[in-house]
Amino acid sequence: MTRDVAIVAFAQSDHRRRTPETSEAEMLLPVLRDVLDQAGLDPGTPGFTCSGSSDYLAGRPFSFTMALDSVGAWPPIAESHVETDGAWALYEAWVKLLTGEADTALVYACGKSSPGDLRAVLTRQLDPYYVAPLWPDPIALAALQTQALIDAGATDERALAGIAVRNRRAATANPHAQLQGSAPAERLLEADHLLRPLRTHDAPPISDGAAAVVLAADDTARRICPRPAWIRGIDHRIEPHGLGVRDLTDSPSTRLAAEHAGAFTAPVDTAELHAPFTAQEVVLRTALRLGDDVLVNPSGGALAANPVMATGLIRLGEAAARIHRGASDRALAHATSGPCLQQNLVAVLEGERP
Amino acid sequence: MSKEPVAVVGIGQTRHAAARHDVSIAGLVREAAVRALDDAALTWADVEAVVIGKAPDFFEGVMMPELYLADALGATGKPMLRVHTAGSVGGSTALVAASLVASRVHRTVLTLAFEKQSESNAMWGLSLPVPFQQPLLAGAGGFFAPHVRAYMRRSGAPEGIGTLVAYKDRRNALRNPYAHLHEHGITLERVRSSPMLWDPIRYSETCPSSDGACAMVLTGTAGAARAPHPPAWVHGGAMRSEPTLFAGKDFVSPRAGRDCAAEVYRQAGVTDPRREIDVVEMYVPFSWYEPMWLENLGFAAEGEGWKLTESGATEADGDLPVNPSGGVLSANPIGASGMLRFAEAALQVRGAAGERQVPGARRALGHAYGGGAQFFSMWLVADTRPTT
Repeated sequence: MTRDVAIVAFAQSDHRRRTPETSEAEMLLPVLRDVLDQAGLDPGTPGFTCSGSSDYLAGRPFSFTMALDSVGAWPPIAESHVETDGAWALYEAWVKLLTGEADTALVYACGKSSPGDLRAVLTRQLDPYYVAPLWPDPIALAALQTQALIDAGATDERALAGIAVRNRRAATANPHAQLQGSAPAERLLEADHLLRPLRTHDAPPISDGAAAVVLAADDTARRICPRPAWIRGIDHRIEPHGLGVRDLTDSPSTRLAAEHAGAFTAPVDTAELHAPFTAQEVVLRTALRLGDDVLVNPSGGALAANPVMATGLIRLGEAAARIHRGASDRALAHATSGPCLQQNLVAVLEGERP
Repeated sequence: MSKEPVAVVGIGQTRHAAARHDVSIAGLVREAAVRALDDAALTWADVEAVVIGKAPDFFEGVMMPELYLADALGATGKPMLRVHTAGSVGGSTALVAASLVASRVHRTVLTLAFEKQSESNAMWGLSLPVPFQQPLLAGAGGFFAPHVRAYMRRSGAPEGIGTLVAYKDRRNALRNPYAHLHEHGITLERVRSSPMLWDPIRYSETCPSSDGACAMVLTGTAGAARAPHPPAWVHGGAMRSEPTLFAGKDFVSPRAGRDCAAEVYRQAGVTDPRREIDVVEMYVPFSWYEPMWLENLGFAAEGEGWKLTESGATEADGDLPVNPSGGVLSANPIGASGMLRFAEAALQVRGAAGERQVPGARRALGHAYGGGAQFFSMWLVADTRPTT
């Protein structure tokens, strides 16, 4: 099958700490309107629709069924849903376009973390027999991973503060970001630990937000977008779940996905990494062999806004948007799922050079 | 360049039961996966990717359990994708896996769907808190009973049709060693006199709550040539969705179901499903959905589905056997129920359905639906490779 598929439009909400006044469908509606307008498509007309979300965030079964109300699924549409980050919904849609059964696809994701206690909720993601009963939360697991990196000499608390500063200062150019700007690293390091060795700046904000992209194939993509972000490769890989059998200082699944996505065949100028914790950026930079000349997370990344289930899709959208506006020629986008980077997706996006 | 033809070369399912206390969630899915690999004479190393589906995570109380199941399903270092489209998910999951083969992204894919409902209470897992749903509208039966009543009024179907379906499916299940319910000595009178749960749906016309899993190995032409047993070939597959509630929604015969069937028939070149399809595995969680879906899927004209059921045509020895496996009425691990329909259809055209085999079955339809009768997934499988 020789078909080229591109991201041709991207939209997102403003990400906020809490949005009690809007349902998921209400949060999605303006985002979907925006992305479809950019692509010049009417609601219900994309050949395929796929979304990512989690019932556990919404606190109700089948939460995605109500989100469908914002799509305009009448007459009925070809549609699917993944119970994970929307980056994997994009992957499913990419496969669908490769089969030739559709020429356009709408991909969206939404996550409202505010209704529940996110730290407690995410403990339910762990092995239900041996780990979940201990209720280790994502902060505790990130602290383990960060300490492992520090012990291995891969980073230190000062370097991690620098990562937080760089991401949040980059976010001042991103009107959708929740956290914009940062005090200097020296000031950040004066704060007490949140959970040693983590300080608050090492962790992502808790966010409500939504995002959407439109995919299109071949000439349809060229018609919709002056400079489509062509998906040159996309792949995802998973690692064992048991933290005790993984080397938390490395991310072999990211490296494998990057190899299969063709990330190492030519250098990228930009990378959008889904690293909710500062130390995870260190792990990912190494696994992806990103040099200092690569612009990492110009959007501010997950440290500036982390609407769980949409954060990964936003990385793909942000990377694509830079290609759309000519700010990048070849970008890498990464998404993650599961505790301590258990599952990782890598996409390589390119714009056509004039 | 056309799509790669997709073949089902391995099928496995668990013994389904109200509570499989003998296995963990990982043990349950592995039981089905190992059987599917054995059927295909393949090993874990031959599997390039895993596509897994299940219904709401509240049913087990594990958020995104595929993360924890990666080890049990040999997915380490491989792509693993989790699908969730409500009750249709077992079918949707198989279709996503089929797309990976059809697009030539992967050559051999393991797809699996499961539910271990004994880990929690499925009825309350399905019930939304007030104010999203009125009090006492508990479980799926409360949601679907009014639509069954609407069908009876619209079609003029006599009261007893539902019991005929339940009586048939529970007898069919006696020939399926994997079925959850084996009601030896069942009589029509016993079904008729079972307690009324959600009028007009009686206890014996209702699906059980089961633990179970189903797995399939999908591959392309080269993989099929190496398979030790005849494959089932996918001739058509589609998903269609519509909103849960809206003015003008037809709950009795949703348009998404009709459109989905029409697309599958178009792909498979089927113009007269009643004549051209030999056996149907359809998602009938409440007995009355058999005549309703017979109309929705184009096997009977509107208002005529109950006559097909009443005539005996859908019995195992009728000319359009429906659910020879015993169907959802005899085993319902919700997330897996759709894939079980797809897999049973494939078993029939492979001639591998054991005592429940429909003689000479060459084309079979697998059907699943979910949500508020709004998500549909179907495939049509046959014993020969598609020519297009």
